[in-house]
Amino acid sequence: MPGKKNLEFSYFPGCSLETTARENNRSLYTFCERHDIELVELDDWNCCGSSSTHSIDHEPAKWLPTRNLALAPPGRPLMAACPNCHMRLKLAHMMLQQNPEDRKEYKRLWGRDFDPDLRIITFFELLSDLAVAGAFEKQQTGLKGMKIAPYYGCMLARPPMMRHEKNFYGLMEKVLLSLGAEPVKWGYSARCCGTFLAASRPDIVTRTVADIISGAERAKAECIVTACAMCQMNLEIRSRLPGKTPVFHFSELLALSLGIGGGRGWFRRHLIDPRPLLRARKLIG
Amino acid sequence: MVESDGKKRSGVLPDCIEMTEAEPGFTTEINRRSGVNVSLCWQCKTCSGGCPFAEAMDYHPNQIIRLVQLGVKKAALTSSAIWICVGCHTCSTACPQAIDMSAVMDALRQTAIREGAAIAEPHIHDFHKEVVNSIHRYGRTHKLEIMLRYNLARRDPFADFNLGLRMLQKRKLDLLPSKVRRVPDIRKLFKKGKAASHAG
Repeated sequence: MPGKKNLEFSYFPGCSLETTARENNRSLYTFCERHDIELVELDDWNCCGSSSTHSIDHEPAKWLPTRNLALAPPGRPLMAACPNCHMRLKLAHMMLQQNPEDRKEYKRLWGRDFDPDLRIITFFELLSDLAVAGAFEKQQTGLKGMKIAPYYGCMLARPPMMRHEKNFYGLMEKVLLSLGAEPVKWGYSARCCGTFLAASRPDIVTRTVADIISGAERAKAECIVTACAMCQMNLEIRSRLPGKTPVFHFSELLALSLGIGGGRGWFRRHLIDPRPLLRARKLIG
Repeated sequence: MVESDGKKRSGVLPDCIEMTEAEPGFTTEINRRSGVNVSLCWQCKTCSGGCPFAEAMDYHPNQIIRLVQLGVKKAALTSSAIWICVGCHTCSTACPQAIDMSAVMDALRQTAIREGAAIAEPHIHDFHKEVVNSIHRYGRTHKLEIMLRYNLARRDPFADFNLGLRMLQKRKLDLLPSKVRRVPDIRKLFKKGKAASHAG
């Protein structure tokens, strides 16, 4: 991958990036364009099933992600932006690799053979490759000196079946350091945000979010950056703290480090307004 | 195990489990449905130590496994823990026996629904049903409609009203759904073409 131009990926945005987290989607596209990486949105993709489907309905949870696998053209890796969508796609692919009966059903459902070699990656794997290739080295960026709390949520935890898959703990710290920022050390970087409990048991998630955000504040972070759009939303909608610590998508900070971000409407969409911080740091006009 | 206000304390098993209530077939069923062998668990409690939501559960994750090991079906299926668990896999990552807790919880919830057990967290169940219905309807989730229908289902139409307004102002909630073109592809994945709320 290092040095190669015009990398192409099939791209699975997922429901959050398509709607509530559109600023995540757009900043991710912008970042990739600048790095000469082409994202081709998977035509007619469907929801991976999310947490709710596997919670209550086994069959659609098992088969919903497989339609997306069938939509992926051969020869191009499939990249998911959302860690949870990635996990559902990857688990479906592993299940099909292991089970001939399921492969038969896959063919019956989608009218094509299962591709056991389809590579399914997260945005973080792409970033990891770029980091190895030195894409973030020795840059003077507007993020210089910014104290940031990197928040991974549950993306670092996987079911036993995925134990031996790649993990990216520390990647945000590494990239932020290369960009001149100062990632803080703190105790809540891998604390689950509560996902759907934010809607169905806000009392629980309000406590969780208070723990996470006040943890970042105690570590003197000026902002939090998330790996997952769902975490970003939960930290914003369930915060009852008087402080106004902004919460960014990682793709937004990556775009800001390239001098892009102002005037694009991304930051207007945040419930905790990050613009005062960005103006103070001269990252936007 | 019950406090003076009548609420059950989190993480306390009954002093005495009446083994006459146990159904050995239950252990087998949950093993089969989850693909997990729960007898691998030796009750080290690592799962519950790391669980971010254990305090909000009636039984802690290791206790749920214990109830399944012993076949104490009713207590397991009517627990709040199986609904509070969000499947974040924090426990599974730390489990020395690599038990897929999320798969066990899925099997328990689905069994509770199928057998009509009393659901300890009906709101959480309602929310899941609305998400699944949305996927059935559009192939993708439409968050505004999910929230509105969920509020109606729990008879609290103005819950999170101000938050909803702010999200609309910020254009975080779209009025119209994003849909897949070939919705029949999605519908055929649901049993008899029915979504969750109709199936129960």
